[in-house]
Amino acid sequence: MKWDTCDPSVQYLLHLGDDALVLGHRLSEWCGHGPILEEDIALSNLALDLVGLARQYYQLAAQRISGGCTEDHLAYWRSDREFLNHVLVEQPNGDFADTMARQFFFDAFHVLQLDALQHSSDAELAAIARKALKEATYHAQHSADWVVRLGDGTEESHRRMSAALARHLPFVEELFTAAAVDRVAFERGWGPDVASLRASWLELVGEVVAKAALSLPVVAPKLLRGKQGIHSESLGFLLAEMQSLPRAYPDATW
Amino acid sequence: MVSRTEIEHRLSRVPDPEVPALSVLDLGIVREIRPTEAGCEIDLTPTYTGCPATERIERDVREALEELVGIGNVRISTVLDPPWTTDWISEEGRRKLEDYGIAPPPRRSGDKRSLLGLHQPLACPKCRSTHTERISAFGSTACKALHRCLDCAEPFEAFKCI
Repeated sequence: MKWDTCDPSVQYLLHLGDDALVLGHRLSEWCGHGPILEEDIALSNLALDLVGLARQYYQLAAQRISGGCTEDHLAYWRSDREFLNHVLVEQPNGDFADTMARQFFFDAFHVLQLDALQHSSDAELAAIARKALKEATYHAQHSADWVVRLGDGTEESHRRMSAALARHLPFVEELFTAAAVDRVAFERGWGPDVASLRASWLELVGEVVAKAALSLPVVAPKLLRGKQGIHSESLGFLLAEMQSLPRAYPDATW
Repeated sequence: MVSRTEIEHRLSRVPDPEVPALSVLDLGIVREIRPTEAGCEIDLTPTYTGCPATERIERDVREALEELVGIGNVRISTVLDPPWTTDWISEEGRRKLEDYGIAPPPRRSGDKRSLLGLHQPLACPKCRSTHTERISAFGSTACKALHRCLDCAEPFEAFKCI
């Protein structure tokens, strides 16, 4: 199956699902390595919510593809060039500040995106979004708390949080730059005009960053095409690990 | 044809796998019960998106009702919308949660303040003091957060309010 030529509603669901799965998998890498027990549990919980959300998007996509396609097929049998997630979410975990900066930037976007998707003309997609919005809001509160705690903490935590924001900010522009998949979704009323979310994002993020005694540096945005399947090298390694079991044992069940 | 009361009675004995003090009815996740000529149809709604118990619950509901209407005669559908909220936990369920040592969620989850953890402090399920604080927004399962009582010093779990 050619993912770039398949039904546009399927492509859009894959784009949404891939963000959730890739970020969920990244967060799951923290399991057993969290800086404190409560945070280890929190990161695993975030991962669980996101993987659960990815499953809902993939299940719906699989129904629409039909022909025996399953959610597992979509997660485990596509290569990196067939994944349509934003490049931000595949970035390596780095230190805890890096993970929280990536999470906070994505959560703030995710809340706005889901808020718009609640009113999608695609009723099944709207139902998923209405459910996920509450959880995303809970996540955003958590990551915002950490940005403030680290930014307004010790000299060392401030330095690390500041560096983490600067490292992840160049990936943010892609969230608000419409690719073909976004344009079709917007034209058909499935999803928002992503550029229109930028102002609210800046307001939301700016408020938290100010509270954290930090500031958003001026950075040159990267030209990114994750939504067209062009990724950083990090995604390939992530998928190699995530997909290893079903690819080694294609009939495995668990 | 099996009656709705019989079905409800049977479902009232299907526990939530992660909070076994509550039945699936107490939890408010049984959206519709439709007795049919052949058996019955049940609409379930998931609690938290990532809850790993969702599939187990579906299996448990199916097995319990198949004892009533026969194997293969239970149709279960998952309904996402309107999304489940902690407000759907029954009064009975809230009481059982507290007896079990888990603080029930604040009411009116639609209130944004409770979503952001800014609601009134929860009452300690052990000593009822409201002099409590949240330790962690996430807990041992997708549905719980960690709190502690500042009077009796007992840590306790609370239902995450969504």
